Amino acid sequence: MSIIDHLPVLLIIGPIIAALIILAVGWHDRRLCYPVMLLSITGQFIASLIMLLQVIQDGTIRYYLGGWAPPLGIELVIDSFSGFILSTIMLLALLAIVYARRSVEAEVPAEKIVSFYVLIQLLLIGLVGMTITGDVFNLYVFLEISSIAAYTLIAGTRSPRSYVAGFNYLIMGSIAAGFILLGIGYLYVATGTLNMAEIAMLLPASYELSTVHAAFLFMMIGFSIKAAFFPLHLWLPDAYTESPSAVTVIISTVMAKVSVYAMIRILFTIFTTAYIIESFPVTGFILLIATIAIVAGAILAIAQNDLKRMLAYSSISQIGYIMFAVGVANQIALEGGLLHILGHAMMKGCLFMVAGLIIYRMGTSNLLELRGVAQTMPISCAAFALAGASMIGIPPTIGFMSKYYLVLGAFEAGYWLYAAVLLIGSLLAVGYIWRFIEIAYFGDHHGDGHQCASPEGPLSMIAPMVCLALLCLILGIFVEIPMEIIGPAAMILLGGA
Amino acid sequence: MTDIIGILPAVTIAIPLLASVLILITGRYENLRESVTIVAAVAMLGSVLAMLPSVLQGNRITLSIIPMVPGGDFALKVDAFGMVFALTAAVLWLLNSFYAIGYMRGLKEHAQTRFFFCMAVAIAAAIGIAFSANLLTLFIFYEILTIITYPLVVHIETPEAMKAGRKYLAYLLVGGIFLLAAVILTYLLTGTTAFVPGGFLEGAGSPLVLQILFLLFMVGFVKAAWMPLHAWLPAAMIAPTPVSAFLHAVAVVTAGVFGIVRIAGWVYGMDLMAALGLGVLLAVIASFTIIVASLFALTEDNLKRRLAYSTVSQLSYILLGVSMLSIAGMTGAMAHIPIHAFLKITLFFVAGAIIVSAGIESISDMKGLFQKMPVTVLMFSAAAIGICGLPPLAGIISKIYLAIGAVEGGMSSLLIVIIVSAVLNAAYFLPIIYTMIVEKPEREDALNGVSEPPLTMLVPIILTATISLLIFFFPTMPFLDLIEIAIGEIIGGVMP
Repeated sequence: MSIIDHLPVLLIIGPIIAALIILAVGWHDRRLCYPVMLLSITGQFIASLIMLLQVIQDGTIRYYLGGWAPPLGIELVIDSFSGFILSTIMLLALLAIVYARRSVEAEVPAEKIVSFYVLIQLLLIGLVGMTITGDVFNLYVFLEISSIAAYTLIAGTRSPRSYVAGFNYLIMGSIAAGFILLGIGYLYVATGTLNMAEIAMLLPASYELSTVHAAFLFMMIGFSIKAAFFPLHLWLPDAYTESPSAVTVIISTVMAKVSVYAMIRILFTIFTTAYIIESFPVTGFILLIATIAIVAGAILAIAQNDLKRMLAYSSISQIGYIMFAVGVANQIALEGGLLHILGHAMMKGCLFMVAGLIIYRMGTSNLLELRGVAQTMPISCAAFALAGASMIGIPPTIGFMSKYYLVLGAFEAGYWLYAAVLLIGSLLAVGYIWRFIEIAYFGDHHGDGHQCASPEGPLSMIAPMVCLALLCLILGIFVEIPMEIIGPAAMILLGGA
Repeated sequence: MTDIIGILPAVTIAIPLLASVLILITGRYENLRESVTIVAAVAMLGSVLAMLPSVLQGNRITLSIIPMVPGGDFALKVDAFGMVFALTAAVLWLLNSFYAIGYMRGLKEHAQTRFFFCMAVAIAAAIGIAFSANLLTLFIFYEILTIITYPLVVHIETPEAMKAGRKYLAYLLVGGIFLLAAVILTYLLTGTTAFVPGGFLEGAGSPLVLQILFLLFMVGFVKAAWMPLHAWLPAAMIAPTPVSAFLHAVAVVTAGVFGIVRIAGWVYGMDLMAALGLGVLLAVIASFTIIVASLFALTEDNLKRRLAYSTVSQLSYILLGVSMLSIAGMTGAMAHIPIHAFLKITLFFVAGAIIVSAGIESISDMKGLFQKMPVTVLMFSAAAIGICGLPPLAGIISKIYLAIGAVEGGMSSLLIVIIVSAVLNAAYFLPIIYTMIVEKPEREDALNGVSEPPLTMLVPIILTATISLLIFFFPTMPFLDLIEIAIGEIIGGVMP
């Protein structure tokens, strides 16, 4: 076997080794940590792309850890769905890491930087593991690795409020993990295996068992908390707002998306459409909650006066879009939902990067103090406008494309009313996006030559931000490119091909 | 009639887009920035004119760029009707650019780079609407046009402007949502959104569904400013005058009525419209708007706001023509798009020239203006007479077609609407002319120091008025010829 065949496991082992190296070299010289991490994550990103291409060409990759076939061993599965999520999160992680360097220097106490980088590395290991594992208990283990890293990272700034936010998330996250573990236990009782594919195979026999129903509900609740699906989102606004900017970027894009990914996996791969639509019809309920989430999240976002907090509430609304697709549960809607996972990761990543840069430069993220900020920071505000347009769903951005698919799917399934609410709800995004635009561009009337000649921030922070903003536009216009992998992924989820 | 594949449609849209980037780059050097605008405007006009002969021969130039979502590729198609809009927009953008440069410099406006950047993107979107081959592409450009004109509307950034801007966005974005719903529904019903001359919805759904769909389209094209969904247009009057000219003549409202004509002719088809009773619905909306908006115009003392209500009223002439569902009515509707655009832009140019030269906006302050700005006032009078539908300006051409259409379609009540509105038009335009030319200022020194506007403004005014005159004498070349081809397409190649 060549090294390419071992890529799935290297994707996890490599970064673990890298984390140890960071710790070791950090002892010697703090400045060496960053290059090691950048190298490791670039490697992961390249590996994820290679595997994605493999999946497109040859179909699903199955890797048995240590050569032990399931049910004895742990299986890593990279199909078009996990391959797609994997490349998405690695792209975001890479850009976030490039962005993180200067931002972390500014916000995290110097003596903590080494452990900070190690924890980011661990967080990513956990998230990558969750994405590619084919074993539910393994999923739980990786979930805990990433969660523990996340609790600590959120509490990483100097401000005491970040400790509270981290602690709150710890409590909520632990409850979620408890639910998930119980659910996994019940599934094991019902089927006698922990391998996802096997569970899916064995489960139909016991669809009527209350053990299975309990397992389903526990896992759903657990993952709803982790994914901040309304109304279990209460940890999210504080966690996003108070954590260091670089961490916000990572948890709001990479971590949030992996949680949603795990939930969709559980719903569609383990329980399959046969269960969630016919035996235990839950999709209608998910659709209802998702629609409420879209509207409620957006309204809460409009009411915020802090840029980061506003974006955090917007995330709650946007998670609603993805869950909307789950609720509609047909091919087109799911394609829209998966596209929105990518699209939302990019636009929210970009928006949080802008917020971080504004904090870096202006020292505040209070909207009321940011009047006319576009004159000082034109590039950031332009990036915000572009990513914001995508958030609203202005064509031809990627946000419009996913909205289009969602509405088309909902129309096709006959959910007229929900589709109408989705369309109107998408306008609520105008409410909060435009609030910033008005303040940034039109707030400071005639701003007497405030223009700054000096660059508005370090290049390493501006470049990834601009890159994401442009991707929102480019991948919207050339939406066929992501669709090539999303189409098969949605088909896999619905049990076809 | 053949479809030929050509790159020019995309080039035409790419020129202003490229210019918008260059404008941002050259923003610090005013003269350079302005030459970019002018060069782009000339190049774009050239590109449109290059396609004109082929389109006049009945060809359609198509270009499918990239596949996008189910429901349509991103595709362009230049047909005769699209050419009418594109040609109007291209000519007027060139003139408007000169005028805008004079206006913005004359008033020493701030944020001029932003202004010219947005203008360039907006014209690209307008041309995109004209050249869209399907509903999806049209929707994309339609939304871009909404967003990119917002900074233009709120240009002065005062609290009132911001408020007007919110109203503008609220109406147009909500309209956009309805349009999106309509586009998706059309796709679900028929499996396509590509425009077909004569329509493709026939038999696609029950009459009720198709009627609801039409209402969705109507609300979607709120840019046509039909009543009672017109309030955004007078509110947007807070914008600098070149923007008003752009909204009222070059792109925005034109895009709205263009969309409705497209829907009537290329999505529904006139027969289906008649069968569904949609003509009557449209006629009611249009008649109501024409009369009520004219009454509103009578009460306005602010010149720009009076012109805005006049636009609301005039746009509904186009809807009225469509509602007749006859060849003459449709011809009148299509012809009114360029004709109204040329006349109305002249009026707005003059209103702006008066602001720059004399600093006044109220009609009651304009007494005796003729002595100070004779050429400007003459041009205004000419265009106003044209809008009223009197010869020798272009306005009468479309009105004659509309009148014929009303009689032909057996809807003589619509004839009454046309006559009443002609009287009302005269009632709100002639007093302005009287005030400017005949009345004497209350104080001798009221207009001291007022003179004709700078040449960059005066020349476009004279040109647009002249073109309006030329259209009267040579109506066929090119507009009526194009319209003849377009109508031939939608009724299946049979021309009377």
